[in-house]
Amino acid sequence: MEDMLFYDRLQFAFTITFHYIFPQLTMGLSLLIVYFKWKYLRFSIEKHNNAAKFLMKIFAINFTMGVVTGIPMEFQFGTNWAKFSELTGGIIGQTLAMEGMFSFFLESSFLALFIFGEKLMGQKLHFLTGFLVFLGSWISGWFILATNAWMQHPVGHEVLENGRFVLENFSALFSNPWLLPAFLHNQLASVVTSSFVVASIGAFYLLINKQPEYGKLFLKTGVIFGFVSSVLLAFPTGDWNAKNVAKYQPAAFAAMEGIFESEDAGAEIVLIGQPNMVEKKLDNKIAIPNILSFLTYQDWDKQIPGMDQFKKEELPSNIPALYYSYHIMVGLGTIFIGVMALSVFFLWRNRLYRSKPLLWTLMFLVPFPYIANITGWYTAELGRQPYLVYGLLKTSDGISPTVSSGNTLFTLLGFVALYMLLGLLFLVLVAKTIKVGPKPQTH
Amino acid sequence: MEIFWYIIIAVVLAVFFILDGYDFGTGIIHLFYAKTKKDKEVIAKSAGLFWDSNEVWLVVGGGMLFMAFPTFYASVFSGFYLPLILVLWLIIFRAIGLELRSQFEFQLWKDIWDVSFGVSSLLLALFFGIALGNIVRGVNLGGVENGVSVYEGHYFFLPLWDSSFSPLSETPGVIDWFTLIIGLISVIALAIHGANWVILKTNSSINNKLKSVIYKLNIVLSGLTLCSLIVWQIINPNSLDNFMDKPYLILFPIIYFTGLFGLYFIKKMKKEISGFIFSTLLILGGITSSLASLFPVLLPSINEVNEPLTIYNTAASEYGLSVALNWGIIGFILLFVYMIIQKKIMGGKVDKMDYGH
Repeated sequence: MEDMLFYDRLQFAFTITFHYIFPQLTMGLSLLIVYFKWKYLRFSIEKHNNAAKFLMKIFAINFTMGVVTGIPMEFQFGTNWAKFSELTGGIIGQTLAMEGMFSFFLESSFLALFIFGEKLMGQKLHFLTGFLVFLGSWISGWFILATNAWMQHPVGHEVLENGRFVLENFSALFSNPWLLPAFLHNQLASVVTSSFVVASIGAFYLLINKQPEYGKLFLKTGVIFGFVSSVLLAFPTGDWNAKNVAKYQPAAFAAMEGIFESEDAGAEIVLIGQPNMVEKKLDNKIAIPNILSFLTYQDWDKQIPGMDQFKKEELPSNIPALYYSYHIMVGLGTIFIGVMALSVFFLWRNRLYRSKPLLWTLMFLVPFPYIANITGWYTAELGRQPYLVYGLLKTSDGISPTVSSGNTLFTLLGFVALYMLLGLLFLVLVAKTIKVGPKPQTH
Repeated sequence: MEIFWYIIIAVVLAVFFILDGYDFGTGIIHLFYAKTKKDKEVIAKSAGLFWDSNEVWLVVGGGMLFMAFPTFYASVFSGFYLPLILVLWLIIFRAIGLELRSQFEFQLWKDIWDVSFGVSSLLLALFFGIALGNIVRGVNLGGVENGVSVYEGHYFFLPLWDSSFSPLSETPGVIDWFTLIIGLISVIALAIHGANWVILKTNSSINNKLKSVIYKLNIVLSGLTLCSLIVWQIINPNSLDNFMDKPYLILFPIIYFTGLFGLYFIKKMKKEISGFIFSTLLILGGITSSLASLFPVLLPSINEVNEPLTIYNTAASEYGLSVALNWGIIGFILLFVYMIIQKKIMGGKVDKMDYGH
């Protein structure tokens, strides 16, 4: 039984982590594509149109990967989490089916038209198809976040005697106080990722002196979008989410902030330190007093309950993993604001395009927004443990009763092998697209 | 309300098999009949331009099944664990085959991905047919051994095969000689459908040859159909009861046989779309007839202990189903609009269309 739960969780964690590499780029990138396409409509400079079409090629590769790794996510609810599906399908089935209905049809229909139909449609319609692709991908995010919000903070349902969750109030799923902050935070994070990707491609073109007019365009657009989105990511949306966790999941909040013992007065904010689960304290701690209380409640002396205030079964099951995920996310987010602020400053002083150290930094920083996005999701998901539906349904009660751990291990190994291949092919294709560049080829 | 959602989901899944079915079929044709470089190119393109929007129907059908009949979704997806995961892997190989072949110009690269596309299409057609066979045959619900359920009555787990390979075994596996026949029917029907699609959407040099291929395959298909009907009678003597009780359901088999019959005249057809229409009828009729013979059962139980899964004992709450109907109607209207727009812009033969890479 323990093994089954472990392999089921590992498989889901692995496949969702790999899957989320792709949508986090497409959601943000579609915004930048719409922006370039709009610039072209407005000013008729060919460069902007080529930039939009080039980014759409990268979008399309990511979209394909997102589709083929996304179908296993939907299937796995049934294959590995049958009991969870049976009990909650009446609720999260709504939001997941709506995602397909309102997002995927929109996205896939108009992506094909954007890529194949520019000459057949004219520029205004082409802009419109780009906008609809953007809309489709953000609607998709909305429904996934609505699904997750219900699992984090269940509302609008009734639990029957046989343990089944029944929908009571459909609109409550969308007015869930967890949803809007999580959605905005998530979408901004995907804008951060795509800004870094675009800035990184720009820095690369400038460093090797290839198609520099596009290098400059990508760099400029990337750092401006990147600066605005990384600031908004921390404040107000990140702050808003942290307050939600403190309010609705106080045990998870204590664990992710690393507060082992409640203090009499205001709580300190931990910058660095390693959770020591034996002695129930942080090793090598660096912390600033009272800041956490102020950030969370705007009150320097407000008491924040530590982990000692909760029963063991109320606490997240893997406290160090949760603590590290959260701190990696926050630490990286802070670095992003710093780098992007510096880049914007250099851009303003007309030095960005010539500053080699900054160009190198921007080029190599590209994996980190991905890591920040994924650790952000780990924070949300590990914080919810040991529950699937917070406070109501334990993760161990959600797995498929008939699928043995041997079968899950087999499929997990298969997914690992297959996704290695996919990842390799993905990198080759993106590298090839970047190598060709946005400049139209003359045959 | 359950019946309503049952019909909607059946329609969505039938549309999936009709649309993505021609992609699978195109893959099978590509594997066996495309010989010249140019033919390989356009035939792959006739599937490559459309597969992802077709696959959305599977995602939406799956989502709706999850929403409307969660118990059925949970039971069937965990019970058919291994074949479903295999299908997922095949879907991935099919997709990357189509998307990657034109990325590099050297022949070896194209050959690898053509085989990936062709073989995974063939196996997908086979597996989907076998899945239908399993649904029709029923499973050992509750995992009953010696008259006692091992699991809750609505759960089961099927191995890929049972040592007897027989549908009459007490614990049949996913693959037995009955489901294999249905799998073959599916492969051949989809190959015919794919050939019709290639004729409709391309100017490949083998278009004329494909017509005689369709004719021959249709003869085999007729034989297999007859064979499956006889075997089905042996496995389940009550299989035709629904059609006796509700004679209007006979419409569905009539659709199937119209398709089957019509395809005998493939060589005389003037319009390229006619063949495609008949193979569409074939697939539509085949799926709907199978479902109609079971209705309102979704998955029969082959033991006496546990009740079959029906649309009534697996459905979500009445309130949920009726709310979903509201957004469902809006969604389908939007979808209809997209399809008209797409048809207007992307109609016609694909030979001249830009693959976009």
